[in-house]
Amino acid sequence: MGIPYYPGCTLSTKAGGYDRSGRAVAAALGMDLVELPNWQCCGATFPLATDNSLALIAPTRVLYEAEQAGEQVATLCAICYHVLKRTQTTLAKDTEMLERINWFTEQDYEGRVEVVHFLQLLRDQLGWEALAERVVRPLTGLRAAPYYGCLLLRPYNEIGLDDPEAPLILHDLLRALGAEPVDFPYNIECCGSYLTVREPEISEGLSREIVASSREHGAQVLVTACPLCQFNLEYPQRATGFGRTGNETPILYFTQLMAVALGLPEEDWGMEDHYVDPRPLFETA
Amino acid sequence: MSRIGVFVCHCGINIAATVDVERVARELGQDANVVFATDYKYMCSDPGQQLIKDAIAEHDLDGVVVAACSPSMHERTFRQAAGDAGVNPYRCEMANIREQCSWVHQREPEQATEKASEIVRTLVAKVQQDEELAPSYFPLTRRALVIGGGISGLEAALGIARSGYPVVLVERQDHLGGKMARLSGTYLNFEAAPGLLQRRVEQVLSHPHIEVMLQAQVTGLDGYVGNFQAWVADVSAREAGEPPAEPRRIDVGAIVVATGWDPYPLNRLPEYGGGKILDVVDGLTFEQMLQPGAEIRRPSDGRVPQEVVFVQCAGSRDPERGVSYCSKVCCMYVAKQAMLFKQRVPEGQAYVFYIDIRSAGKGYDEFVQQAMEAYDVLYLRGKVSKIFARGDRVVVWGADTLVGRPVEVEADLVVLATPMLPGSGALTLAQTLHISADGYGFYNEAHPKLRPVESLTAGVYLAGAGQGPKDIPEAVSQAGGAVAKVLQLFAQETMVQDPTVAYVVEDICSFCGVCVPACPYEARELDPLRRVATVNAALCQTCGACVVACPNKASRIHNWEPGQVLAMADLLVK
Repeated sequence: MGIPYYPGCTLSTKAGGYDRSGRAVAAALGMDLVELPNWQCCGATFPLATDNSLALIAPTRVLYEAEQAGEQVATLCAICYHVLKRTQTTLAKDTEMLERINWFTEQDYEGRVEVVHFLQLLRDQLGWEALAERVVRPLTGLRAAPYYGCLLLRPYNEIGLDDPEAPLILHDLLRALGAEPVDFPYNIECCGSYLTVREPEISEGLSREIVASSREHGAQVLVTACPLCQFNLEYPQRATGFGRTGNETPILYFTQLMAVALGLPEEDWGMEDHYVDPRPLFETA
Repeated sequence: MSRIGVFVCHCGINIAATVDVERVARELGQDANVVFATDYKYMCSDPGQQLIKDAIAEHDLDGVVVAACSPSMHERTFRQAAGDAGVNPYRCEMANIREQCSWVHQREPEQATEKASEIVRTLVAKVQQDEELAPSYFPLTRRALVIGGGISGLEAALGIARSGYPVVLVERQDHLGGKMARLSGTYLNFEAAPGLLQRRVEQVLSHPHIEVMLQAQVTGLDGYVGNFQAWVADVSAREAGEPPAEPRRIDVGAIVVATGWDPYPLNRLPEYGGGKILDVVDGLTFEQMLQPGAEIRRPSDGRVPQEVVFVQCAGSRDPERGVSYCSKVCCMYVAKQAMLFKQRVPEGQAYVFYIDIRSAGKGYDEFVQQAMEAYDVLYLRGKVSKIFARGDRVVVWGADTLVGRPVEVEADLVVLATPMLPGSGALTLAQTLHISADGYGFYNEAHPKLRPVESLTAGVYLAGAGQGPKDIPEAVSQAGGAVAKVLQLFAQETMVQDPTVAYVVEDICSFCGVCVPACPYEARELDPLRRVATVNAALCQTCGACVVACPNKASRIHNWEPGQVLAMADLLVK
């Protein structure tokens, strides 16, 4: 049975490897992600204005499309997840706002659809043990540091995926894949997010500390669920040029590690567009 | 025909400025059952009461209506006066024309006067059918049960016992002293807690009037104020895995609940490394390191820490992740701990992260200033965001909001000033004792201002941190207050029971039982032999829930009979 899936803009462009690896591992696990037939941008930020009704229209259109497809909609992108999930919880509480948006869009979103992150499906529907049983190429010896960032977890009372101060969901996933999750103190520090556009020196500074801390704790790779975190952590490393210094840390999507561990062919890994090429780590001897 | 007197009070200008009191008296004087009606400036004053007594004698009154304030103010006053003059006190009623009339209708004097007359008329109708009642009396057990053997419980037990009454002190642990036994030097003079406590414990143990039951727990409570039956179970057998012995029945007249507090679980603070990093401890753990004879050493490697960071409000005042309240004692004990640390490790450095300093109390602020100035404890105003391990040190990320900069301190030991939680088991005990607790599990006092040491269940009193976070002097004061309440109760010859309580007309009771769960005070039972519902008059609070619930109108309240209520209603909806 397929799960309605909202890829979002970034996964359709810059983060194509996340989308490709995600769909491939979902299919391999019998949890096919079925793209919504008609979708648009979610807005990419959750509006925090006093009157945010206008900015909630875009995500509500997505939720409406999802509601036509089923009871759940799955995402991979942490930002889309954040925006859609918060829109869902906001409209569940604020029926007046829901009516106002429906009046404007001339759609009839009922507020039934549940926004889920693919990680949540792996944890709650499949289960880590079942996932571990499907692993054909355990990532034994790989010291992978889960990096959660902000938007996947916060604010807890609206998102509720995992404890925002002590998250474990990526740790558990990595363990199921046979890798060694590396705990490091910066795993929930902000990467700078959209500051990378207007004040890149701030996000580059933050990212450097995050990557450095993960290396101090012995991590070989960083693992994320967010395309913006991935970019912010990886892009500043481009200047050194991959392979020149040996001091780069590949930044991977969790789905890419899953694709390797599930024994999927290399074209499903989606690793060819990284500034820091992670593939040498997985070359078979 | 009745011979009723109506007495309309001006309450200075409280009533008279709005209600035309003379007119009310004049109009009521025309009622066929009213033989005398007058008004007076202050009915509750001695001349006012004398006026009522004289009128009773002069006009041979058989009922009295005083139109004045709320009965909760002065019903007792006027019933006493009526009784002194020979009218049955329960045939004296108050018509509330102040709170329910003049105060709320100040802009409508005309309608207020009409309403006042109507209110008084309804009470005149009620008094006509009031029965002559007498209060009942029952004996009282002058023995107290104190639950909890910490400082509050010890103080309460000693206070009651020294007044000559026997006390049973029940403690769940195998020793007395509670949390205070784990403290070091106390503020403000660093006097060692164990020493202070030991004197109290010895006094309790050697007092002939106090029976101490250790490893014991109150598991049941029957009865009512003055006549409780408590069931106390020995928990040592259960802990040893043996079958528990039968609980022992102890008859007491009053109960003091002093179950204290418990520390906040460190693993609820993962952002501060709580439960993960060995060298992150809570205040109570650090207290034990500061106790006489103990040493300040890092739990991880036993080294003496040189740099110690104290984090105030760790989990407190944090509605999102912790508890919303302030535990009140932490600002003070952190200052004390920082100073004790500096006394033991003079070359060390202590840092305190704080939101604000709450040092209200005699000498308290001076004490904190002493930490800053005489001991060079570095106070940093800002919340700590994160604590993590770096090598064998503990890194604290915070902010110094006074200079507007993030701060990082690499420490050897971190002490979290975590919130005080109500004792584990407090909620179960609250259910057993039929007392209420707030959303956190702290026992509710009967009134936050005027009845701070009483629970809402008569005869059950509160002392110590089980009612809310507090320090030793406050716990001791509250225990003293609870003792005074117990002694007030024990000073009575007998317990007086007001007669205006619920009763059952047994002829028409169908034994259906709906009144039993309707009663919020557990005052109703079914008598299986006679097949009728019964009322425990001592527990009844005259709320009327059973009257409404009874389909047969078999459940009634003395002097609130259906005929009376209907007669009153008829006057209003004619």
